[in-house]
Amino acid sequence: MDSIPALIHGLSIAVQPHNLLFALIGVTLGTAVGVLPGIGPALTVALLLPVTFKLDPGGSLIMFAGIYYGGMYGGSTSSILLNTPGESASMITALEGNAMAKRGRGGPALATSAIGSFIAGLIATIGLAIIAPLVVKLALAFGPEDYFALMVLAFTTVSAAFGGSALRGMTALFIGLALGLVGIDLQTGQARLAFGIPDLLDGIEVTTAAVGMFAIGETLYVASLGSRGAEKIEPVRGSVWMTIEDWKRSWKPWLRGTVLGFPIGALPAGGAEIPTFLSYSIEKRLSVKPEEFGQGAIEGVAGPEAANNASAAGTLVPLLTLGLPTSATAAMMLAGFQQYGLNPGPLLFTTNPDLVWGLVASLLIANFMLLVLNLPLIGVWVRLLAIPRPFLYAGILVFATLGTLGANPSPVELSMLFGLGFLGFLMRWFDYPIAPVIIGLILGPVAEQQLRRALAISQGDLTTLVSSPIAIVLYAVAAMALFGPMVLRWLLPEKSIPVLNTDTD
Amino acid sequence: MTDGHSPEKRRPDKAAFFVAAALFVTAAVIAWDAHGLGGAVSRYSGIGAATVPYFVAAIIALLGIGTVRAALKGDFPEREVIEFPPVIWISAGLIGQILLLKTAGFSLATGWLFAATTRGFGYRALWISFPAGVAISFLLYLAFTRGLELTLPAGILEHLL
Repeated sequence: MDSIPALIHGLSIAVQPHNLLFALIGVTLGTAVGVLPGIGPALTVALLLPVTFKLDPGGSLIMFAGIYYGGMYGGSTSSILLNTPGESASMITALEGNAMAKRGRGGPALATSAIGSFIAGLIATIGLAIIAPLVVKLALAFGPEDYFALMVLAFTTVSAAFGGSALRGMTALFIGLALGLVGIDLQTGQARLAFGIPDLLDGIEVTTAAVGMFAIGETLYVASLGSRGAEKIEPVRGSVWMTIEDWKRSWKPWLRGTVLGFPIGALPAGGAEIPTFLSYSIEKRLSVKPEEFGQGAIEGVAGPEAANNASAAGTLVPLLTLGLPTSATAAMMLAGFQQYGLNPGPLLFTTNPDLVWGLVASLLIANFMLLVLNLPLIGVWVRLLAIPRPFLYAGILVFATLGTLGANPSPVELSMLFGLGFLGFLMRWFDYPIAPVIIGLILGPVAEQQLRRALAISQGDLTTLVSSPIAIVLYAVAAMALFGPMVLRWLLPEKSIPVLNTDTD
Repeated sequence: MTDGHSPEKRRPDKAAFFVAAALFVTAAVIAWDAHGLGGAVSRYSGIGAATVPYFVAAIIALLGIGTVRAALKGDFPEREVIEFPPVIWISAGLIGQILLLKTAGFSLATGWLFAATTRGFGYRALWISFPAGVAISFLLYLAFTRGLELTLPAGILEHLL
């Protein structure tokens, strides 16, 4: 299907009153939860998954789209006013935006981030509509060995890109792969790592793992820091509107951020932190006032925030066309699809075009709604930041356990939530990244299935794995992703990439 | 980072050895479980249900060795000093909820979780936080079972309806 007529058809679905209502509920809930400190878009989607259990797939996916984008907007608000990035991609916004807020420029910081997110979201969503059908065409030619290579690429980039050390990233990834082994092996019907517990035969639920590790793990960790975890809210003083100078300094970073963020997000390698860091260092280099960077330069909020949103829309390209989640948030979106037995991938575009294009069109609409919701109503959201910490986190845990029980009302499921939450807490404390665990848990079983399929077709001939040109290219990219940073670090002097060197989870 | 950011020798971090030990145990459990699956392989693909688990176990063991090496080189990152009482309170909240769920029902069990969590964050007035938690949970119970038709474990309070 061609993009433009398909997108127009999608819009005709998305503007139906009940779909508009779902989108509005989605963006409102997404903003409200996303604005809570320490809660990023991934957790926002995970926590709100159960709310959509009983809705029809079309409506609830549209709601999801709203939650996804709403969580991104809400996340930037708490990053700027509280300096609590809910995910590593918001770290730059937190750094520069909070510095602006401390100087009494919180209003313009929120405005440039909201408008930048809007522009980036708009361009990137249109980019998604244009690119997705092309990738679908390519993906239809993929054999199982190519899919397996794609998974290897995703594993490599996810564990190398998240966190500063490949050892820690790989450890997290393999914990996820180990968790993914639990349950009945689909090809032989044998139970693996179930230890005779019936509830484990179906495997570990992705949502249980994500909510446990992100929500419960994070809550335990924040509590264990005592009063150190508490951040001061920067009040929004003065106008939220940007001055003419602010506009002049913002529009180019918005566009540059979008241009950086969308393609990097759309690659099956992912990682929203790379474009945000790149955007930050480019804006710093191009700025007329580089001395302001670190003290609250508006370009340092505008660029990275646009890059962040554009790459979030970009990650939907591999998610929708290949079924490949490359970020924790995309992983949660995938869980949302699977809740209805829908498997994103090239076939979804032919079997369910209304659903896919309705979703893409809803992203455009959600984006408009969010601009309206966030700029004039910012005061309402800021008030959510003032919820006292004990009640805030108690509420988060109540909602986390509620969601798990809603999906499966069993004490065993709840025990798994606690167990995974405690593992998440230990990993946070020992400074291991969490996202690779979730990606490994989701993609591990898929990778194994594709591997076995490929080997079955080739009658066990291992060379089949490297016989297709697509697979070879994908392995080459994976090798670059793994060794590229090492080579770069070796070639460039220490100082030039300091921001990439920091541990980013 | 493995490029020697800290030239001064740090003492090997003992905690890193615990992490490595946990990885070795995990690898052993996976390998033992894979062993129990028997060595049957598919006639077509040449691999079976145990192949991938063996591979995962082997890599996890290697990562354990890598962790030991990192610890000996002083590469294991330093940790925040943490306080244990909040962790114990919140864990007690979650475990209590699991144990109470079947008997007391969703609202009371989750009310306990709410109260214990606020206690973990330093809010001491349990006589306020517990009733508040029960009330919130009860409202959520109503909203989710009536509005969204989800099934949640009912108990004393829920049966009053």
